[in-house]
Amino acid sequence: MIVADLSSRELRRRLSDDGLYLHSGPFICRIQSVLAKVADGLALAYADYPLADADYADFHLRLAAPRLRRWISPQVQFHADVRQPFLPLPQQQAYAMFEWGLNWCVSQHANQYLILHAAVLEKNGRALVLPGHSGAGKSTLCAGLVYGGGWRLLSDELTLIRPADGLIQALPRPVSLKNASIEVIKQLAPGAIFTPTVMDTSKGSVAHAKPPSDSIVRQQECARLAWVAFPRYRAGAALNTQTVSVPQLLMRLAEQAFNYSLHGQDGFSTLLNWAQSAQAFEFEYSDLPQAIAYFEQLASQPHTQLQHEAAPV
Amino acid sequence: MKVLEQLCQALLDPSSVRDFQLADWDRVLRVADTGLLTASLAERLEAAKLLGNVPMPVQARLQAAQIQCQANRRAVAWEVSRLERALKPLDVPIVLLKGSAYALADLPAGRGRLFGDIDILVPRSRLDEVEACLYWHGWIGSHHDAYDERYYREWMHELPALMHQKRQSVLDIHHTILPPTARFHPDPAKLHGQAVPVPGQDYVRMLAPHDMVLHSACHLFHESEWDKGLRDLYDLDQLLRHFATQADFYPVLLDRAREQQLQRPLFYALRYCQWLWQTPMPQALIEQSLREAAPPRLLLPLMDALFLRSIRPIHPLVQDWQDGWARFCLYVRGHWLRMPMHLLIPHLLRKAIKPYLSDKAPAGNRPG
Repeated sequence: MIVADLSSRELRRRLSDDGLYLHSGPFICRIQSVLAKVADGLALAYADYPLADADYADFHLRLAAPRLRRWISPQVQFHADVRQPFLPLPQQQAYAMFEWGLNWCVSQHANQYLILHAAVLEKNGRALVLPGHSGAGKSTLCAGLVYGGGWRLLSDELTLIRPADGLIQALPRPVSLKNASIEVIKQLAPGAIFTPTVMDTSKGSVAHAKPPSDSIVRQQECARLAWVAFPRYRAGAALNTQTVSVPQLLMRLAEQAFNYSLHGQDGFSTLLNWAQSAQAFEFEYSDLPQAIAYFEQLASQPHTQLQHEAAPV
Repeated sequence: MKVLEQLCQALLDPSSVRDFQLADWDRVLRVADTGLLTASLAERLEAAKLLGNVPMPVQARLQAAQIQCQANRRAVAWEVSRLERALKPLDVPIVLLKGSAYALADLPAGRGRLFGDIDILVPRSRLDEVEACLYWHGWIGSHHDAYDERYYREWMHELPALMHQKRQSVLDIHHTILPPTARFHPDPAKLHGQAVPVPGQDYVRMLAPHDMVLHSACHLFHESEWDKGLRDLYDLDQLLRHFATQADFYPVLLDRAREQQLQRPLFYALRYCQWLWQTPMPQALIEQSLREAAPPRLLLPLMDALFLRSIRPIHPLVQDWQDGWARFCLYVRGHWLRMPMHLLIPHLLRKAIKPYLSDKAPAGNRPG
């Protein structure tokens, strides 16, 4: 059964009662909230997610309205079981807060994975990782490839690497878009479904796009790394790529990892293997369709295993 | 309260998890996470070769906790090596306390234990030197106001915490194990006198087994914050079980407790370890030796109720409304044991009104 199989009434009942249990990638989330904004957002963006049995959850999430501010500019507070890691936000942002809260849960707790701050997509069995500081155009490019290029979404924010085999564990979630990129993606993919845009968050305006149902159906499928592209959007720039060397790539991946130091030597070997087997490049662009075409061509080429000198480990 | 019993039972006898359903795991792990005991549970299961038998999602969570714990241990070893480098030229005796000692000495109590701060004991006469030396190596006092500074330096058994400027690690420097304003005065020179080498370390030392147990007991039962109470009592159980294999451990422990005026905390420690963890111990000897240290007959049931409520992890699955009151009572008790009334009342009043005087926003993060 998936979320869309529940009537809107049943969905609200579960959310305000014992909780909605669903599978998100390798995790089971239990979500509780009486807030309409949360229920509406979930009904829209999580329609394709499989329901889980109501007996176990990795993350127990609750979005509640602090009682004192019930009437005057109401707020929402995020609870991760007994913890409240954030200050409350205006209630308008309740659904976005759920998304940020779940990101926090994964990045804080899922230390069985080496976690990179990067989007990750897959085509023809090969994965493309897009690390990036905010503002670099990572989410826009990721959304463009998913909704305009038919790539499978593994994650728009958190790349989960299994240290044992270096494979990427999918964690497809609604794609977070900000400010101008919301319009860009709406024009590129008129069929894509968005949660209502919330203005004036700490990141500007924010909307979340529902992941393609194929990405959710295949959310248990891991992928093997093939490319790492460091996107940089620059208005008016011609498409331009520049190779990133193995040592540079290793350093930059480590920099983007949330929990690199926790994994010690395993973390180092995992990223070294990654750096040696991936084709990595800077990717400067301004025209999204042109960028999508570039990656389409990349994905259709037969894979060439890069030859590097074996590094002493 | 079934969940708490399940968690305690699983720590004592890992094979009890064979009967767990996923729903049991869900509750046990939530309580274990809150009580900082998940990695300890993972280590116990791994030692019993049962980690492979638990359901997959549970395995993943236990593994995550173990990875974090191993990183914690590496960080502590590194931090201690930096301390050693900084302090060796002073030739001042350094004794590692609590978690960092358990971890570096690889005691069973250290397996799966998470800790944030590093605690060391140095002689009071060398404090200024040590503090100045650490300052030049990057450990600098975190921000305190003048009142806090005075509170620590005049009345407490430790300096205000130092933080390393680059690594953000926190270091607590103790000169004794109870505040000088407390009623009992264990002699720190005796602790230094019997300190033993930490296996694998050539400079830092740790407390002798009996002192380690006494310090742990004294720390727990003079405490005013109880959120890690269950974990701390588990430490005690693990220390007692481990050291009990040494000849004469209990007689020496009981003598030392008398000598250091720490019989009352030891009385509580042994009592609750037996209740909660069924720690094996020489019953007759202990009763005889600690008889006069027991609290008055009318007080004991009250203390039992307060302690056993306060050590529960602060999670709605194992708490009821009386637990908050119990913790409050022990909070007041903790302070009362630490300071005489004429110091305590102004101090608590000051702590109570301070949040309203300060114009700083409460601590918290923005999400995203």
